[in-house]
Amino acid sequence: MNTFDLSVVLSGQYHDWLISGFLLSIQLALISLAIALPLAIVIAVLRMAPYAALRAIAITYVEAIRNVPLLAHMLFWYFGAPELLPTPIKSWIYDHNIEAVSAVIALVLYTAAYMSEDIRSGLRSIPREQMEAGRTLGFGFLSTMRLVILPQSLRVTVPPLISQTLNLWKNTSIAMVIGVAEMMYQAQQVESSTFRGFESYAVTTVGYVGVSIIITLLSSWYQQRYPVRSA
Amino acid sequence: MLDIIHNYGLFYLIGQYPNGPLGGLLMTLILAAMALVLAFPVGVLLALCRISPYRLLRLPVTGLVYVLRGTPLLMVIFWAYFLLPTLTGQRTDQFGTMLAALVIFDGVYLAEIIRAGILGLPRGQMESSRSLGFSYLATMRLVIMPQAFRNMLPSLVNQFVSTIKETSLGYIISLSEVSFVASQISAQLLTKPVQVYAVLGLTYFVMCFSLSRFAFWLERRLAVRTAKV
Repeated sequence: MNTFDLSVVLSGQYHDWLISGFLLSIQLALISLAIALPLAIVIAVLRMAPYAALRAIAITYVEAIRNVPLLAHMLFWYFGAPELLPTPIKSWIYDHNIEAVSAVIALVLYTAAYMSEDIRSGLRSIPREQMEAGRTLGFGFLSTMRLVILPQSLRVTVPPLISQTLNLWKNTSIAMVIGVAEMMYQAQQVESSTFRGFESYAVTTVGYVGVSIIITLLSSWYQQRYPVRSA
Repeated sequence: MLDIIHNYGLFYLIGQYPNGPLGGLLMTLILAAMALVLAFPVGVLLALCRISPYRLLRLPVTGLVYVLRGTPLLMVIFWAYFLLPTLTGQRTDQFGTMLAALVIFDGVYLAEIIRAGILGLPRGQMESSRSLGFSYLATMRLVIMPQAFRNMLPSLVNQFVSTIKETSLGYIISLSEVSFVASQISAQLLTKPVQVYAVLGLTYFVMCFSLSRFAFWLERRLAVRTAKV
C-alpha cells in the first residue's frame, strides 16, 4: 500500500475537484436553508391554524416527508417527477442543471418538515394567554403570530433549528446519488482516479466535520448569549 | 400499476431469493434490525465511557462522538468500504460494509440516548446502591440500566425508524436493499419511474409511520405508569 501522502489532494487538479465539491455542498446547504426556513414557518403556523383542514394538510405533509428516507425523495424528484411534466418543459429541464434542482427540492422539503416541528414546539412554549391577549386587542391570528408569538419563541427555536441546519449540511452528501458533483461525489472521483482513497476521504471528512463544528459552536454561542428565559 | 406489483412484487419483497441472494424489503428489515441489535452494546459501552469518572476514557470517546456526529453517514460508509478490506485483509461484501458502518454510526447515536437515559435518573439511585455495598459496575447493571432502559424505550424505537431510513444509503454501494431493488425495477420498466418510486416511498412510509406511532404510544403509556408510581 502507498504511504500516506496528502500532497496529492492538497494541490493541483484533484485539490481543485475537492474544493469545487466543497463549495457546491455549501451552496446546496445555503440555498436549501434559505428556502426551507420560510416554508417551515408556514407549515408550523398551519399546524396551529384555527381550521382543522389546514392543520390536517400540515400534519400530512410533515408525516409523509419525515417517514421516507431522503434518498427515496431524491430518487423520486430526479427520476420520477420530471416524467410528469409535459415534453417541452421536460426537455428544457434536462438541458439545464436538473440534478442540482432535484437535490435542492428534496433537501428543502425534507428539511422543512423537520424544522417545522422544531418551530411548532417553540410556538407551543409560549403561553396560550399571549395569543388570547393579542386576539383580544384586535390583532388577527396571523398578525398575533407574526408580532407576538414568533418573536418570543425565537430563543427556544433557534438552537434546534441550528442543529437541523447541521443535519442539512450532512444530508447534502446524499445528493451524490443523483450525480450532483458535491464534496462526497468529488471525493469518490478523486479516489477512483488516483487510488488514494485514504487521503481523499481524510480531507473530505475534515471538510464535513469542520463545518459541523462551526455550526455546533454557533449553537452553543447562541444558547449562552440568548438563554431561554424562564417565565 | 397492478401489473407492476404482480410482476415485480416478489422481487421487491425478497430480491432474487431463493434462486439468488436475498434482497429487497426483507434485506432492509434484516439489516436495520441487526444494525440496531449490534449497535446497542457499542452504545452502552460508549455511554459508560462518556459518563465515566476517568478522563482517559471520557475524553477520547467524547471526541469520537463529536467527530462521528459531524460526519454524514455516507462518509462513514465510504470509510468502511475502503478500510474494512485493508484492516481485515479480505474482501468485505456490501452487506458487511453497510452493517459495520451502521453499527458504528448508530452506536454513537445510541450512546447519546443511553447517556440521557442514565443521567435522567435521580442521583440518589447510584448513591444508595453504592452505600449498600454494590460496586459501580454492579450498580450500573442491576439498578441504573434496567430503569434507564425503560425510560429510553421510545427513543430506541425512534432510532430503529432512523436506522430503517439509513439502510436506504446501501443503494450507493449497490447493496440490494429495497431502494436499490426499486431502482432496478424502474430501470427494467423504463417508463414507469413515478409509480415505482411512489411505491418505494409508500413502503418506507408504512413501516416508519407505524413504528413512530408505536413509539408515541409507548411514551404515553410509560408516562402514565411513571405518574402512578
